[in-house]
Amino acid sequence: MMVVTVGSAIVALEAKEIIYGAIGFAGSLFGVAALFFLLDAPYVAVFQIAVYIGAVAVLILFTVMLVREEKWAKEPPATSLATIAGALTGLAITVALVVAAFDTNLNQYTTISNSATFVDIGQLISTGDAPVLLVLALVLAASVVGALTLSRADREEPGR
Amino acid sequence: MLFGIGVYGLVTKRNALRLLFAVEIIINAANLNLVAFGQYLPFEGSSQTLLPNAFGQTFVLFSIALAAAEAAVILAIVVVAYRLHRDVDVSKLKSLEG
Repeated sequence: MMVVTVGSAIVALEAKEIIYGAIGFAGSLFGVAALFFLLDAPYVAVFQIAVYIGAVAVLILFTVMLVREEKWAKEPPATSLATIAGALTGLAITVALVVAAFDTNLNQYTTISNSATFVDIGQLISTGDAPVLLVLALVLAASVVGALTLSRADREEPGR
Repeated sequence: MLFGIGVYGLVTKRNALRLLFAVEIIINAANLNLVAFGQYLPFEGSSQTLLPNAFGQTFVLFSIALAAAEAAVILAIVVVAYRLHRDVDVSKLKSLEG
């Protein structure tokens, strides 16, 4: 599953045609959802599939279809210096994170077999985190209004 | 590893859509971390019993919703930028430059 996730993520960034990149991105999201299942978090996995694959991936596909240009596939790739710099930065951060993870005292904790259930998550969301939920709803509403305003403002000023 | 790939994409790519992919991959890497560490860190209840930790999963639910909102806004911006400039190369979008 890790191979699927990481491989699709690489395809998403490196595919010549951006539409294949979008499909690779959806595959990567699906891989992450499967990893959530394996981590005993089915609720999060289903949420991931519904929101990311159901909404975000489809939205991205439609946007790619709207804005795709043939010339992108023919454009020269980034300079080798930029590629090397990017690869080095990514590698350095990965190594730093792995070292940091091994440096913690995580192995001293006892793990338990039963994981958090729907009820635990629901209780947390509806009690302690209720203000967060309300703010998040406002943020979502604001983002939808913002996105609509962006496309409307453009329509009112054609040919700019 | 996912985080590293995302950072690589963020550094090297100039197409706004690829940058969005990179950002979303980084967010997914962070979410995966939160759930994984949430599973590994149970917290002690009142009578020394270990209770499963739902904080990580709850946080990830919020994070996914926020990432979806962010993606919607970015895609709207990409569409508008494309209508105005016929291109989504971030190094060529200079209308806001002072």
